Amino acid sequence: MAPALVWLTALMVVPCVLVLALAFFRRGIYGGIDYTFTLENFGLVFDPLYAGIFLNSARIAGTATLIAVVIGYAAAYAISAAPRRWQPVFLFFAVLPFWSNYLIRTYAWIVLLNREGLITQLLRWFGYTGEPPSMLYTEGAVIAGLVYNYLPFVILACYAPLSRLNPELAEASRDLGASAATTFRRVILPLTVPGIAAGAVFVFVLSIGNFVTPALLGGGRFQMIGNLVYDQFLTANDWPFGAALAMALIAIMLLVLMAQALAADRATGRTAEARGQADG
Amino acid sequence: MAERSPATRRTLWLVLGLVFAFLYIPIAVLVALSFNEGGLPTAWSGFSLKWYVSLAHNSAILSAALNTLIVAVVSTAIATLLGTLLAIGVEMRRQYGRGLEALIFAPMIIPDIVLAIALLSFFSMLNLTMGLHTIILAHVVFNLAFVCSVVRARLKSFDWSIVEASADLGASALTTFRRVTLPVIAPAVIAGALLAFTLSVDEFIIAFFTAGAGRASTTLPMQIYAMIRFGITPEINALATIVMAVSIAALTLSQRLNRGMIGQ
Repeated sequence: MAPALVWLTALMVVPCVLVLALAFFRRGIYGGIDYTFTLENFGLVFDPLYAGIFLNSARIAGTATLIAVVIGYAAAYAISAAPRRWQPVFLFFAVLPFWSNYLIRTYAWIVLLNREGLITQLLRWFGYTGEPPSMLYTEGAVIAGLVYNYLPFVILACYAPLSRLNPELAEASRDLGASAATTFRRVILPLTVPGIAAGAVFVFVLSIGNFVTPALLGGGRFQMIGNLVYDQFLTANDWPFGAALAMALIAIMLLVLMAQALAADRATGRTAEARGQADG
Repeated sequence: MAERSPATRRTLWLVLGLVFAFLYIPIAVLVALSFNEGGLPTAWSGFSLKWYVSLAHNSAILSAALNTLIVAVVSTAIATLLGTLLAIGVEMRRQYGRGLEALIFAPMIIPDIVLAIALLSFFSMLNLTMGLHTIILAHVVFNLAFVCSVVRARLKSFDWSIVEASADLGASALTTFRRVTLPVIAPAVIAGALLAFTLSVDEFIIAFFTAGAGRASTTLPMQIYAMIRFGITPEINALATIVMAVSIAALTLSQRLNRGMIGQ
């Protein structure tokens, strides 16, 4: 096991610590790094210009997460309600697209959304004659790409608790006179919160740091944190600031993960309490 | 589940249908267009394999495919060896700290872009010339983590007493590994290797940052990215279809081996 640990230390731990350290230095006058200690890179993260990009990323990632959770939960619910022997098959086909290359899945949306794409064709077929709508290179296209790419994971994450749900609970709720909607809201939904939270965190965390989807489906018009980091390293050559941005990205992710752990703790606590009461 | 009204059942099937349409229509359109004579999404002008033929004559794509294959094969081989040994080491001792656990899981959790810029900074600080070798070094980092976790899952149900028995019967450590441990964990090792191979073939961001300048070390995903940015050409449809088919086949096989493992 020693060689593997050496490999991970040398090519993961050391480089990551290095990037952390990089954030505390100044950018050299001619690019490169000037090794004097400074905190101004972190200050720059809060500059209105960049803070705006952070908020923009959070908004786009948040919207994508919300949509993915709604669609993913509905799909997981429908799969868990299907006949038992069909469930693994549906699940397999729900995850299958996820196994193809991310770039290709994103590219598929360019094919679909471009001015002469399938959607425009369909509109024409229905008798629309005006200008083809511009769907590509919009915020909506970026969100659609993110939802599409991460949806399978939400389906998996939500299916796990839904399939383990004891059907007697829903029956008991109905016997006690609750409507289907009330049963869903007060029994099924709370019990599946951990799955929803896990799926949501996955989509949010991967979306907020993404630079490929905004670059391809947003046509470079929608800057997200990932694009900003990319630019600092490969275009502006300001590595210290890029490193500080990457640290801020990690900080956001850790915060989101902590919030999820808390939510999951509370949810399991509540479930255990409910079980205890039911047993007692 | 409790009895559902026909209306509810219809709604559930409708939801399922819509979600599957959402998941598969984009891919289906792409695959269909790759066989379109005209190549343009505007109209279907007849079945043709000409985009696949033109792909076979595109030297940039062929060299990118070769680079991808080199990176994937070498990094998978290293990662499978190191990852399997790591898994055995960790599972045999059983008392590993949270630090070690974090070290092994970190490459699967760290955002690609962070690992990518970290490696870029590291390599350039060492004044290392970047190319295929740096991509391989980088790919081993995350491949290792995936191989290790797949093999560890298999080892959870491993009966260590057979290793002791083998040692009691006078087998050397190496013989025991080769004739006892390895045959038992082989399906997981192969599944892990297939997973690592596919991840490596598909990986874009880390390769993009650690490839250095120049076309010599362009991998297939980097080539695809460049082609997409350049604009839609029917060749990408054909290339995308092939890459997709290969990844899905490899991962399905990996999954099969893994399921066999759970079933045992």
